[in-house]
Formats: sequence, structure tokens, C-alpha cells
Amino acid sequence: MTAAREAVIEARGLVKTYGPNVAVDHVDLTVRPGEVYGFLGPNGAGKTTTLRMLLGLVRPTSGTATVLGVPAGSPSALERTGSMIEGPAFYPYLSGRDNLRFVARLAGVPAGRVDEVLETVHLADRGGDTFAQYSLGMKQRLGVAAALLKDPEVVVLDEPTNGLDPAGMRDMRALVVELGRQGRTVILSSHLMGEVQEVCDRVAVISNGRIVAESTVEELRGGTSLLVTAEPVERAVDVLVASGLPESVRRDGPDLRITAEPRDTAEIVRTLVTAGVDVTRVQRDERQLEDVFFEITDHPQGVAS
Amino acid sequence: MNATHVLDVTRAQLFALVRRPAAWTIVAALAVLNQVFSFLIPYISYRSSDPSGFDAGATPEELLRGTLPAEIVPNTLGGFPVFAGALTLAFGAILLGSEYGWGTFKTIATQRPSRMSILAGQVLTIVTAVAAIVALLFVLSAVTSTAIALGEDRSTALPSVGHLANGYLGGVLILSVWALVGGVLAVALRSVALPVGLGIVWALGIENLVSAMADSVLDALQPVRDVFPGVNAGSLVAALTPEQIGTPPPGVSDAVSGGRAVATLVAYLVVAVLAGAWFHRHRDVS
Ligand SMILES: Nc1ncnc2c1ncn2[C@@H]1O[C@H](COP(=O)(O)OP(=O)(O)OP(=O)(O)O)[C@@H](O)[C@H]1O
Ligand SMILES: [Mg+2]
Repeated sequence: MTAAREAVIEARGLVKTYGPNVAVDHVDLTVRPGEVYGFLGPNGAGKTTTLRMLLGLVRPTSGTATVLGVPAGSPSALERTGSMIEGPAFYPYLSGRDNLRFVARLAGVPAGRVDEVLETVHLADRGGDTFAQYSLGMKQRLGVAAALLKDPEVVVLDEPTNGLDPAGMRDMRALVVELGRQGRTVILSSHLMGEVQEVCDRVAVISNGRIVAESTVEELRGGTSLLVTAEPVERAVDVLVASGLPESVRRDGPDLRITAEPRDTAEIVRTLVTAGVDVTRVQRDERQLEDVFFEITDHPQGVAS
Repeated sequence: MNATHVLDVTRAQLFALVRRPAAWTIVAALAVLNQVFSFLIPYISYRSSDPSGFDAGATPEELLRGTLPAEIVPNTLGGFPVFAGALTLAFGAILLGSEYGWGTFKTIATQRPSRMSILAGQVLTIVTAVAAIVALLFVLSAVTSTAIALGEDRSTALPSVGHLANGYLGGVLILSVWALVGGVLAVALRSVALPVGLGIVWALGIENLVSAMADSVLDALQPVRDVFPGVNAGSLVAALTPEQIGTPPPGVSDAVSGGRAVATLVAYLVVAVLAGAWFHRHRDVS
């Protein structure tokens, strides 16, 4: 099978300009079946605009996008795609349940699905309240419920945890993970690193309309680093640099921070001890995606190449 | 466009519409206006036995005769060229324009129907709602006029079926034009307030002013006047109610023939639908 036939979402060279502003700048995306794909970027990076193009809400200035092998936004793509873009949008005068019935009619979905999805987002007991009476978090959950009505193969969620309290966020993340387990393909945008790290298989980082990195969360996070306390510290640096084992060594206060492959840890310690350096602490730190994110978005060119 | 999807949109929109308080407020206003101006005021004038009380041009006998079941076509359609027209324009604007204020157009546009199916469904919703509203107004007119006829011991005979059917269809055409023009203006401006404001100034102000000027100071304005929607609605009402008793209601005139009025109104419908299609197809949803 070719990659193109495998991809559930495929975007090639998507560009969207608003007057002189380039909101989305040659974005390529490939989302594979059953994947939970994160779309990470700061405010104004172009996440929502890209997702709108994947749903046919916004017409690209140039470039193409397909969903499930058909043009993005076509009825046959939409009927298998559930989405919530830039917050939930419903009629304030209708109850939550009636809003879902409205959406179900539009989508050609049996009305029986309505109560199922209300259960899924824990809104069943408040389904009779009007949308206007809902709290921010309840509105957000109703939006996700509407996205699930079609029992969709593809789920597009734009900042789904927006406005949720910690418990709501935890539930929402668990739900996204569960959607992935059920074999659905999920693409979600976020500016919360922890969220993406927790739920996504792969992540694209977008900044100023450009994809500046795309990989698995592990790859993006990169190698881990070692924090070593050694005496005398100058000699330790010399020995390590001479050995060629670590990728980099730098002073971190009284300690050393060493970037190296995990399997070289033992060899590094042995080298130091053999050279007569006293090693009093070795600690392995995992870089948080957050650090990587700021590194990338601060210096997009350096990482994109 | 896909017929199933069009009906999905229509069913969904009607489901939401009948639960919408603002829609019922407009329906109630239409019914009250109609009852007050077509029946209550003429009947009170008749009962008050002051022959010159309300309608200087009509005798008490004419006043009473004008409220009877035989007159329900002019009594129901009388307000359509101006007041009911303006209210129905607001109805169309509220129905299609709120989608932008609430952001619900993106919810609609991401379900399944294409933009053209959505537009067709919206048009069908408006025409269905208008057909139901006009039917309701006819029924209310029939009930009130029959009550008056029974109370005054007069004939309860309704007009012929053909006359009623023409009146009904003409009424649906007139209010469909107003509602669709309001709806498409709301789509174009992505707002409710602006098209309602513009529509009311147009229907109640500009059309009257230009008509008055065309009739008096500036004959050259007549061709312009003769393409106005309200003027054509008024001409169609006049053509459908040749036996008008007393002074005709505002806007009802014989500026153009009935046939030309129908053609002009249908042209407005077509232009409104094409404009709506253009906006739906070419505009981004944000
Ligand atoms: N309709 C529009 N007209 C003009 N500019 C727009 C429009 N929509 C988006 N933009 C611009 O495009 C850029 C990307 O916006 P977008 O909403 O895609 O960002 P985002 O990544 O979703 O940000 P956030 O995290 O704040 O939601 C911004 O600079 C924004 O101002
Ligand atoms: Mg956004």
C-alpha cells in the first residue's frame, strides 16, 4: 500500500492568506488510520485555520487536502468526520438534547444516538437544560458530543479542553485516548504541551503558519540528558570531551549536564571513575515537550532544517 | 445538491424554528396586526354608530360588510405589501442571520449537506414556514369573520374555492419574497440587526416616499417604483381583490397589472436564491 492510500488525512502545500497576512504557509500533513495526531502551536499559529481547511469551511488559497481519500469538505468526507472547531456553536434557546437532535437530523443520524453521546460526555442528566444555561465546560462537552454523533471515523477537535476544569480535562483526555483505541483517527489542536504529550501518537508543531517539526512525541522530546555531580569538575569535562562519548557536555551550576544515549550511561560513569574523578550523583532527566516546544518556536529555522 | 440532504436540512431547520420564541413572536405580531386592522377597528367603528368615526369613506353598512367571511381574501392580504411584509422580512433575517451571530453556520456546514443543499434546505424551510403562516392567518380571518357574521346575523358564506386558492397562493408568494430577501440580506451581511433595519426603512419609508413622488411631482420615477417589491406585492393584492370595499390598505394599489406583479415577485425570488447560492458557495465560514 502506498502512503497516500494509507493516509486518512493528507494535506499538500496548504496556504491561506488574509490580505497581506499568511495564516497558513505551505502546510503538509499526513495522518494515518487510528492515529491520535496532535497539532501544537502558540496563539495565532494557524491551527484553527488549517483545521477549517480540512473541513471545507475555509477554501485554501492554494494547495489541496483530502480526508478519507476524498476532497476535504465534500459530503462523503463530512459524513464520516465529526468535528468541533473553535468552540461549540449551538442554538441558545434549545436544550442540549434538542441541539443534538438538530445536528442528528442534519447529519442523517438516527435520533437514538443522541442519548448515547450525552452519556459519553456525562451530560445525560443536564440534557434538558437550554444551551444558554450551560457552563463553559458543559458547552464544550456538548460540542464534543455533537462531534461523536456520526460515530465518525475521523474526529477533528480544536482545543477540546478549552474551558474545562482539571477533572473535565482529565475526562476529555481519557475520551480522546479511548477514541484512538476504538480505531478512530483523531486530530486535535492544542497549545498545552502536557496534553499532547499525554494523548497523542504523533505531533506537528506549527508556528507562524509553518510546520516546524513533525514526529512522534518521543522523537520530538529527543535524547534524555544526564545530570552528573563530579569532583574535580574541570577534569571531568576534559575526560568526557576526550572520550567522545557524550553529544554535549556543559556546566550546570556545580554540576554537569550531559546529552547522551541512555545505553552509554554506564560507559560514561566508568570512564570518569577510571580517570580518578569522584562521581557523587548520576541522574537521568527526560526533557519535557514544553522545553522542546519553546526551543522550536523561538528558533523555527534551526529546527525545521 | 442531494435531495435527501436538502430534506435533512429542512427537517432540522423546522425542528429548531418551531421551538424558537422569536419566530412565534413574529407570528403573533402578524396575527394581532391582521385581527386589529382588518376586523377589530372596522367592527368597533361599526358598533360605535358614529358613521364618520374611523373610516370616513365608508358607511356603517360597508364597514360591517367588509369584515364578513366573503371578504377574507382582502382582509388577510391587506397588510402584506407593507406591515406584514416588513415583519416577514425580519422573520427571514432572524432565521438565516442568527447562524452567524451564534456561529451555528459552521455546525451546519460540517455535518454532511453541501453548501448548495444547505441553501436549498433553507429556502424550503422559509417557504414552508411562510405557507403555514399564511394558512394560519386565513384560518384566523375565517374564524373572526364567521363569529362577526353569526353575531350580526349575516351570511357566513366564504368566497369560492378558486378565489381562496388564488388569494392563498398570492399571499404565500408575497411573503416568501419578503422573507427570502430578508434571509439573503442577512446571509450577505452575516447579521440580523442590519438587514432588519435596512428592510424596515425600505418597506415602510423609501417605497412609500418614491411611490408618493412618482404619483405627484415626478412621473419619471414610475418605472423605478414599478419594480419595487412592495409596490408589486400591493398590485398583486389589488389584482386578487377587485371587490375592495372602502379605502384600500396602505400599499395596495394598481400600479402594475397582476400578471406583471407575479412575474416581478418571482424574479425577486430567483435573484434572492441565486445571490444566496453565491454567498454560500464563495464565502469562507469563520
Ligand atoms: N477570517 C480571518 N481574517 C483575517 N485573518 C484571520 C482570519 N482567521 C484567522 N486569521 C489570522 O490567521 C492567523 C492564524 O489564526 P488561527 O485562528 O488559525 O490561529 P490558531 O493557531 O488557531 O490560534 P489560537 O491558539 O489562538 O486559537 C492569525 O494571525 C489570525 O489573525
Ligand atoms: Mg484556534
